[in-house]
Amino acid sequence: MHSGDGKMATIGVLSLQGAVTEHLACLNQLEIVRGVAVKTRPPLEKVDALIIPGGESTAIGKLLKEYDLIAPLQERIKGGMPVWGTCAGMILLANRIVNQDTTYLNVLDVAVRRNAYGSQLDSFQAQAVVEKVSPEPFPLVFIRAPYIEQVGPEVEVLLCLHGHIVAVQQQHILATAFHPELTGDLRFHRFFVNMLNEAA
Amino acid sequence: MEDRYSLNKNLAQMLKGGVIMDVTNVEQALIAEKAGAVAVMALERVPADIRKQGGVARMSDPAMIKQIKAAVSIPVMAKVRIGHFVEAQILEAIGIDFIDESEVLTPADEMFHIDKRSFKVPFVCGARDLGEALRRIGEGAAMIRTKGEAGTGNVVEAVRHMRQIMAEIRQVQMLPREERMSFAKQIGAPFELVEYVAEHKKLPVVNFAAGGIATPADAALMMQLGCDGIFVGSGIFKSEDPAKRAQAIVKATAHYNDPAVLAEVSAGLGEAMAGLEIDKLQDQYAQRGW
Repeated sequence: MHSGDGKMATIGVLSLQGAVTEHLACLNQLEIVRGVAVKTRPPLEKVDALIIPGGESTAIGKLLKEYDLIAPLQERIKGGMPVWGTCAGMILLANRIVNQDTTYLNVLDVAVRRNAYGSQLDSFQAQAVVEKVSPEPFPLVFIRAPYIEQVGPEVEVLLCLHGHIVAVQQQHILATAFHPELTGDLRFHRFFVNMLNEAA
Repeated sequence: MEDRYSLNKNLAQMLKGGVIMDVTNVEQALIAEKAGAVAVMALERVPADIRKQGGVARMSDPAMIKQIKAAVSIPVMAKVRIGHFVEAQILEAIGIDFIDESEVLTPADEMFHIDKRSFKVPFVCGARDLGEALRRIGEGAAMIRTKGEAGTGNVVEAVRHMRQIMAEIRQVQMLPREERMSFAKQIGAPFELVEYVAEHKKLPVVNFAAGGIATPADAALMMQLGCDGIFVGSGIFKSEDPAKRAQAIVKATAHYNDPAVLAEVSAGLGEAMAGLEIDKLQDQYAQRGW
């Protein structure tokens, strides 16, 4: 996978807090893109795509705001940069959070519920097919996960599990309530890299 | 078949790069959450007060822990005494997110730690060296932290423990395979876990720093020494301006490698907590547990 100037494409992982190294390890295993940790504005301007990892959305959101990263990030996403939010990342992308007043990036037209399943005792594993991504079932890991309650007209639902929406795509924006980066299964990362191809 | 242990290790992974703060009431919990804490540790007295007041320190009142759980959206942790598996059963029954089997409380058992594998809820345990860390992981801990010396505002013991663990992780990687069994025997660690560390060059669980962290610089120091995140106990709410210091420590943990950010967040924080020298202490909590 190459960016416009012929170099190997670079996918940033927002590394203010959370499961950053897990995503970087997956990206680098693909061997067709370069994964880099992104904490500040200069590298954010250079990456070809961005993953917002799992973590605590309040902590990551606070640091995005304090270091004035919200506007530049919105600008890049609105300009077509592919972005993928896992778990906390899904909450940060949403334009509505059902059980909270504050929102962050407001680029994904969904209403998301934080800690939708309850406490850590309610964290769970499951298996399901995400047809658009692969015909074989995925191992799914939900850690104090959110789910989506409503989607706007531009949003395609990729997976509904136990009656709740847990994976969506809105053009070049991908969001999953679960964590492919924790399973050793690289198909979702490969799918995201292909989104980069389509965006270009 | 659902693998609770792996889900519990995964929760610890989500806390990486973050700060977990000790809080004693709802008001403090809200300050911590607003400052960007990734979790709070609910307890009745911070370690500095336990140290000052003496007496037996036990698990906190479940009513107080439930109030804090209701007030914040981030994970809530609470402490049980070393070996006190009934305190742990009680915390699991109220749906706590994480249990700290902690040397800060007075140990309930001088022979045995809790069998953490018999619980659904995750545990974090303190360690001074690789052997101790791997023994706790062998018992089912989903997360490790340095013991440091809680309630002192003195980072020296946390540094000692982190350096020791990192040095032993490096050491075990260098060993030829035939020397691993003797090394496991020498440090008193399960052989399979020694093998894991040798192959993967890291612990099988997340490793935080704890015990004596009082300033943004302390937090960044521990991060640069290789820990995955930070516990701050007395350091925040025993300082002059807790909200400001809490935010500063969160920023310093995220940008631990950026001296310009560290300089900025370290400025004008007011008084840090008063510190204690380790060799003048009556009780060294790090000596509790084995």
